[in-house]
Amino acid sequence: MFKYTVKRLLQSVVTVLTVVTIVFLLLRMLPTDYYFTEDQLMKFSEQQRTEQLEAAGLLDPVPEQLFRFYGQLIQGDLGESRRIQNGVPVTDVISKKFGISMQLGLISVAISLVVGVGMGVMQAKHKDRILDYTGTAYTVFVNAVPPLVSYSLILLFGSRILGLPSMYSSRNAGASSILPIVCLSLSSIAWYALWTRRYMIDELNKDYIKLARVKGMSNKEIMVKHVLRNAFVPLAQYLPASLLLTISGSLLAERFFSVPGMGPLMTDAISRYDTNIVQVLVILYAALGIIGVFLGDILMMIIDPRITLIDKEGGAR
Amino acid sequence: MAKEPILSARDVEIQFSLRGRKLTAIRKCSLDLYEGETLAIVGESGSGKSVFTKSFVGMLDANGSIVGGSIMYNGEDISKYTKEQQWLNIRGKKIAMVMQDPMTSLNPLKKIGKQIQESIELHQGIKGEAAKQKALEMLRKVGISDAERRYNQYPHEFSGGMRQRVVIAIAVACHPQILICDEPTTALDVTIQAQILDLIRHLQQELHMTVIYITHDLGVVANVADRVAVMYAGQIVEYGLVNEIFYNAWHPYTWALLSALPQLGVKGEDLPSIEGTPPNLYTTIVGDAFAPRNKQALAIDFVKEPPFFDVSDTHKAKTWYLDPRAPKIEQPEAVRRLRENMRARG
Repeated sequence: MFKYTVKRLLQSVVTVLTVVTIVFLLLRMLPTDYYFTEDQLMKFSEQQRTEQLEAAGLLDPVPEQLFRFYGQLIQGDLGESRRIQNGVPVTDVISKKFGISMQLGLISVAISLVVGVGMGVMQAKHKDRILDYTGTAYTVFVNAVPPLVSYSLILLFGSRILGLPSMYSSRNAGASSILPIVCLSLSSIAWYALWTRRYMIDELNKDYIKLARVKGMSNKEIMVKHVLRNAFVPLAQYLPASLLLTISGSLLAERFFSVPGMGPLMTDAISRYDTNIVQVLVILYAALGIIGVFLGDILMMIIDPRITLIDKEGGAR
Repeated sequence: MAKEPILSARDVEIQFSLRGRKLTAIRKCSLDLYEGETLAIVGESGSGKSVFTKSFVGMLDANGSIVGGSIMYNGEDISKYTKEQQWLNIRGKKIAMVMQDPMTSLNPLKKIGKQIQESIELHQGIKGEAAKQKALEMLRKVGISDAERRYNQYPHEFSGGMRQRVVIAIAVACHPQILICDEPTTALDVTIQAQILDLIRHLQQELHMTVIYITHDLGVVANVADRVAVMYAGQIVEYGLVNEIFYNAWHPYTWALLSALPQLGVKGEDLPSIEGTPPNLYTTIVGDAFAPRNKQALAIDFVKEPPFFDVSDTHKAKTWYLDPRAPKIEQPEAVRRLRENMRARG
């Protein structure tokens, strides 16, 4: 188990390093103009610009820049924003925003887990009956209708009928968070319900369920003690990643409700050529994704005793 | 045979609905089970042997139901049970079952010991440490050494034969009165089969259980059974003591089964096989279900279903051959050879 963990950890580190390198090199291909704000570009002469670039080491050979970047990363220096907030360290830009995104995201994941898994369990239990069809209809609706349409419906219902604030404001964070959270949860509830139902039904059709029944367990006990636990194993794998990635926020929901979170930051940074922010965000999300998958694998290994075998027998079951 | 049966099935009919059609899997099937005996039910795939016994524990698939007849057990007609609660008093506690494939019968994510313990806690009213001790005792009883260590292992750490031992331990953990073994050795290696059969026989004596074997392996039957019932197309066609079936069978289907025993084959000759296929159970069967595959079928076999005729007090066969009015029909070569083999051995 220890060997397996270390192996997977090393793999993760290598993957993150590869992402860092590729992202850095790709962004070096952009014209150097984008290291200046729009104002600076107009005011500075060609010579002034070259001097500034040289002083910042941006005209050095690319490999040299790359290793300097590695060094800065290790020290936690992520550079400065250029065009979104000139001269402000990227860490400051992000730190003001990620809290809100994460808060909304984590609440939404918690709600989705409870509601979605509960819904999936009910659907599996009442398979091919009205409750199951209702759940499936919800899942299909949420996935088929463009989010903008369903968000608008929620906004209409929430603000007109329930009188909830339609825009996020930090002064009234509680009430104004309700609608964004509902919107964020819509599709993840459907996701959890869909897979819970599917894995539950898979498990229910297995022979060991018959043995559990024939040894005299009630259907209820079988559901809780055998089916749900086993069905949750494949779901658990995605849990750490989805928790970590709440930090990235949601582009659509945050724009829609004017939440000052991380969601729109990436697209803003790209459209305004703020290379440092793009660089940091891409690396951050990639790293969180990789860590999430790694933690998911570790979690699987803890709850599924069969997985340690891979370690002992070199992949064979 | 003055003894009272402990379980008595009468004219049981079981139907399945499949894509809007009705399939009659069990057609008016009757069976008596006596305390302490080992009964083997033999028949080919699809003859209904599994379905019939599953109805004794209410384990029919959701699309199947008992539509006629009765199954009397402990003074109650369990074929009329509708509520889960009623079955929970029977399953595992009074009637237990060992299933065919030990590789898939255990929950892969639960410790072996816990799975046995679960069964004990359900029926014996003991919990925790006491139940654990009982589970350990069961593990030892089914021949698993180093029980303390094995208790904490998972199914994938056990071989097929070991897993079947665990399944048996779960089944007998609460000392059921009746143990149904549904092809318990089919999925196992031949060398393991004998061990598992020995184990079941041993446990049967120790715990005074009545055992029903479902099998299509006549070798197993000869080894373990006191009585044999032969099933064909959803009916029992002949039943009797094991010697009576092996050495003095009367139903043409039993003859065909016995003739196909590899042990009776003559070197250089093809082994006899039963030609044709079993009847379609979606349609109503007229006469003797086996008649279309029987070269010596009588004219009446195609028209009227035969009743059971007595061969002896314990041996009955459902064939017109035994009617006094029937033309004289000789038992086939194979049955005579089996009888001679027995005489030669004394």
